[in-house]
Amino acid sequence: MNPLGEKYLRKDFLPFLFCPGCGDGMIVQAFLQAVDDLGCVDDLALTAGIGCSAWIGVYMHVDILKVLHGRAIPAAIGIKATNPSRKVVTFTGDGDCLAIGGNHLLHAARRNIDMTVVMVNNQIYAMTGGQVAPSTAVGSKTQTTPYGNLERQLNGCKVAIAAGATMVSRWSTAHPKQLIKTFKKALNHKGFSFIEIMSQCPVQTGRYLLGSGSPQFNFQWLKDHCMKEEDPSKWAEIEAQGNIPVGDFLQVEQPEFMAEVARMNQRVKEAQAKGGDR
Amino acid sequence: MKKGRIKVMLGNEACVEAALLAGCRFYGGYPITPATEILEIMSRRLPLVDGLCLQMEDEIAALVAVVGASWGGTKAMTATSGPGFCLMQEAIGLAVAVEAPCVIVNVQRGGPASGQSTSTAQGDFYQARYGSNGDYSLIVLCPSTAQEMFDHTIKAFNLSERFRIPVIILSDEVVGHIREKVFIPDADQLTFVERKVPTVPMEEFVIFKPEENGVPLMPTFNTGYKSPVISQAKSLNGNRGNAKEAVENIRRIVSKIEDHMDEFAEVQVYGDEKAETAFVTFGSVCRAARSAVDMGKEKGLAIRSVEVKTVWPFPDHLVRRALAGAKRIVVAEMNLGMLQREIERVIRQPEIKIELFSKIGGIYPQPQEFLRFLEEKR
Ligand SMILES: Cc1ncc(C[n+]2csc(CCOP(=O)(O)OP(=O)(O)O)c2C)c(N)n1
Ligand SMILES: [Mg+2]
Repeated sequence: MNPLGEKYLRKDFLPFLFCPGCGDGMIVQAFLQAVDDLGCVDDLALTAGIGCSAWIGVYMHVDILKVLHGRAIPAAIGIKATNPSRKVVTFTGDGDCLAIGGNHLLHAARRNIDMTVVMVNNQIYAMTGGQVAPSTAVGSKTQTTPYGNLERQLNGCKVAIAAGATMVSRWSTAHPKQLIKTFKKALNHKGFSFIEIMSQCPVQTGRYLLGSGSPQFNFQWLKDHCMKEEDPSKWAEIEAQGNIPVGDFLQVEQPEFMAEVARMNQRVKEAQAKGGDR
Repeated sequence: MKKGRIKVMLGNEACVEAALLAGCRFYGGYPITPATEILEIMSRRLPLVDGLCLQMEDEIAALVAVVGASWGGTKAMTATSGPGFCLMQEAIGLAVAVEAPCVIVNVQRGGPASGQSTSTAQGDFYQARYGSNGDYSLIVLCPSTAQEMFDHTIKAFNLSERFRIPVIILSDEVVGHIREKVFIPDADQLTFVERKVPTVPMEEFVIFKPEENGVPLMPTFNTGYKSPVISQAKSLNGNRGNAKEAVENIRRIVSKIEDHMDEFAEVQVYGDEKAETAFVTFGSVCRAARSAVDMGKEKGLAIRSVEVKTVWPFPDHLVRRALAGAKRIVVAEMNLGMLQREIERVIRQPEIKIELFSKIGGIYPQPQEFLRFLEEKR
């Protein structure tokens, strides 16, 4: 076994439920490498929703709370709130995060609470067998858009930026080195970080959207379509060609929510001690 | 006599007072009449004790955050009313499945849908028990006074920690908004229950293996146990896929409560315990029924009023005992006959018809109406 796996995987939970050729295992590996490099495994608290990608954290030997479809982010907030020294990371799918859980993403980003959301974008609802997702391209034929998808795509990174996330990156499973670096950055970022990972799903996305169920084909598709471009003014052009901008898009410092809570509590307690309550 | 102080408080306020005493340090909520005061008062009070009150983006997030906080190692609660309670149903099942102790208050209002926000009702009687999917059990307490809002909140936290379950306080607008005297015992006069945490080394710990009382030990996150906690059907080690163990686990999360009902089930009788005429009530309606019993007594009518304080799991044997010898049973409630159904199930005597005195539309029943009902429907 890979030494990282030896060190960090739950052996009694194997094998993975991921299909052959799935990108989720690569994400497990990149994340564990980042955790190993930082030596922060004991501080980790993970949450997940429902979907293939929601299982990523379950195989890691760390504290993980896997909740309901779309609700991984509020669970993370509850965990973080009770002990701000935790490094809280949420693994979620494009459907989990942008459809059913979209509202939670907006509000967690807005709060700038110190946590990391890792959204695995396979452009489809994989777990349930290949239905259209908010991230599916217009025109795509899926199990629920048999005549072509009429709805425009929702861009998770743009949403996160607009909602106030203070760190936003997008990479793909074909960028393992960049991913590891970005994971490390996010784990050390004091605020809300959003990492989108374009990932291959040969079984659903490959067969129904891209025309081949071959893992090699699907991995190559990511290599061909993900273009490094960190300047938002150039994204429209790339996207118009059917390509996907990747890179580290944003990192800024803003007051972090739990730190502000601690300050407020201090202030309020001092005022109360003096006889007021504000 | 316990030491403490007396304060005039809103029912909802009494709930907060008790929650803070019980050690609640996380509150996730969303404003909704007639439960909003709980959120508002929590937002004032929690910072003073280094807690956190979060107004979340909706009730789903509120309860899921509570579940997260619970695994994070904190006593946590939320409160809502009908529409928000609907949104919470999936997460109630979550709290059951991941065995997260927490308290959920439903200050009932009229339904269905948005219903009557400022009016009282008791239409969530069954939803409180059966609203989430699948086989499960939980405990539902029904206060009828501000004092009981206080007492039941303490009890709810204790039971939630004892059984590792969500405990629901099924209140209603009358109880939430009544302002009356509440006796607040000093903290050292109360008993507080805390979840049991594991002490064995991580390698020896099996996350969902129950202790003798049916409840597994609960490690707090980041204390070295590296717990896999999933909402799916699971085996003892927390993994999916072992159907036999998963089934046993589902049976256990039901029996851990239902096999120990003696610890918490409560039915009170007010008035003449031997009277042939009996009212059966829960929640705020107990109050009017008590007055009716007193008024009846003045007129020479013997009546008992059976008050079901813990409505779920339904305390069949206690209700049967409280109703023994009754010849006329009138269930009074602010819905179209929910408690009535349970009484019909429990009292199976062909000669006794389980009558229903029902009020809906937010109109609280007057004591005189109880007596009129007895006369007119005879
Ligand atoms: C409330 C609810 N609705 C629907 C489902 C069914 N469901 C399970 S996974 C899923 C889609 C997951 O898609 P995504 O989040 O993109 O994850 P992926 O499987 O693609 O990794 C759905 C709809 C569910 N479990 N719960
Ligand atoms: Mg997906």
